[in-house]
Amino acid sequence: MTIIAVIDYDMGNLHSACKGLEKAGAIPKITDSPREIANADGVVLPGVGSFDPAMQHLKERDLIEPIKQAVKSGKPFLGICLGLQILFEASEEGKEEGLGIIKGKVKRFQSEPNLTIPHMGWNTLDFTQNNQQLWKNLPLSPYLYFVHSYYVDPLNAEIISGQVTHGSQKVTAAIAQDNLMAVQFHPEKSSDYGLQILTNFVELASHYF
Amino acid sequence: MLAKRILPCLDVNAGRVVKGVNFVDLKDAGDPVELAKVYNDAGADELVFLDITATHEARDTIIDVVYRTAEQVFIPLTVGGGIQTLENVKNLLRAGADKISINSTAVKNPDFINHSSDRFGSQCIVVAIDARKRKNPHNQGWDVYIRGGRENTGKDAILWAQEVAKRGAGELLITSMDADGTQAGYDLELTHAIVEKVEIPVIASGGAGNTHHIYQALTEGKAEAALLASLLHYGHLTVEEIKNYLHKHQVTVRR
Repeated sequence: MTIIAVIDYDMGNLHSACKGLEKAGAIPKITDSPREIANADGVVLPGVGSFDPAMQHLKERDLIEPIKQAVKSGKPFLGICLGLQILFEASEEGKEEGLGIIKGKVKRFQSEPNLTIPHMGWNTLDFTQNNQQLWKNLPLSPYLYFVHSYYVDPLNAEIISGQVTHGSQKVTAAIAQDNLMAVQFHPEKSSDYGLQILTNFVELASHYF
Repeated sequence: MLAKRILPCLDVNAGRVVKGVNFVDLKDAGDPVELAKVYNDAGADELVFLDITATHEARDTIIDVVYRTAEQVFIPLTVGGGIQTLENVKNLLRAGADKISINSTAVKNPDFINHSSDRFGSQCIVVAIDARKRKNPHNQGWDVYIRGGRENTGKDAILWAQEVAKRGAGELLITSMDADGTQAGYDLELTHAIVEKVEIPVIASGGAGNTHHIYQALTEGKAEAALLASLLHYGHLTVEEIKNYLHKHQVTVRR
């Protein structure tokens, strides 16, 4: 069976992510142990809340190096929501330095008339990479569940694997670079399409040795 | 484009779903986990559980209901009713809730909004406002009520909405106490007045009697989402019928 380490740093609901991974055929392990993260077939970095507390909690639990190692190891790694944002260097939301695994910043949506912030609810994902394994068996422009006020802005646009449009602003909704994948929406809250994405991720992890 | 949302609301009393008309005269309408699955399959965009008993014994019941629901239903889940401490919030989020909704607690202790949104993120803090139109023709507007509509706080609903947004609420759930249970339509004026004053999403609640009422709340009322209970629970309308109607009338919905 495919074992997925779900990193626990006290930032939100892990129950749904784990149940989603189970449904996708994996054995999720909620953990903050570097050894368990290193031994897993794949790693999920979840997270809801704010940027600074997330980074502080990662530091307190000595998780920064284990996360960087996991990304380097080549095993499938999936960041979700805040778990996408903290991969970057910095955020307009906070003062803490991010993990800096991806070059670029996290920015806030600009206010505009009739635009709600947070961007909360179901929106369509536009694919921007061909043959992205995570999008396998999905229809074009699937509806997925978003809830965020900040979005990532990678320096290298080639790593953008999906975009979402809120008002007049088209922003990065997902990135993918080799084994590192991360999404702004919540696959574990996006009904059938979300579960399909988790299934695709678990399949990638099952091929990793 | 962001889709407008349809939110079935399940009033839960000691682990069972009930819905009162004007908050009294409760009727049993089923098992929350089963209903949640049915609504997920029917295309509901999110689910809301309101724990209307909120006694100490019932707290554990709702946590169990949330836990079991989150195992089977992969759409966002909001839980409200009787939440008074950060510990309550944490336990519900841990059990699988995505957002918690506070009402009386926010009025009695407004700092709780700041504390809970600082700790857990504003995206998971919904502030519910029960509003009733003032009878005074010289001072028009809406007052905020608490304790299930029994107590007038004397607060102005629009000012209160702005304050809670500033304090860190991520979403507002606006219930018109005048319209609730009447099935004569939402209080569009109230909904619209609040939407115009805040940037966060507003959920309209109270008064839906047909698909056109829902359409009005999302267009004229400018709400992001419509909350529905008895109309759906008793089978007068289905989520699919509502979404088909909205789609036909150029409202973006997830189908």
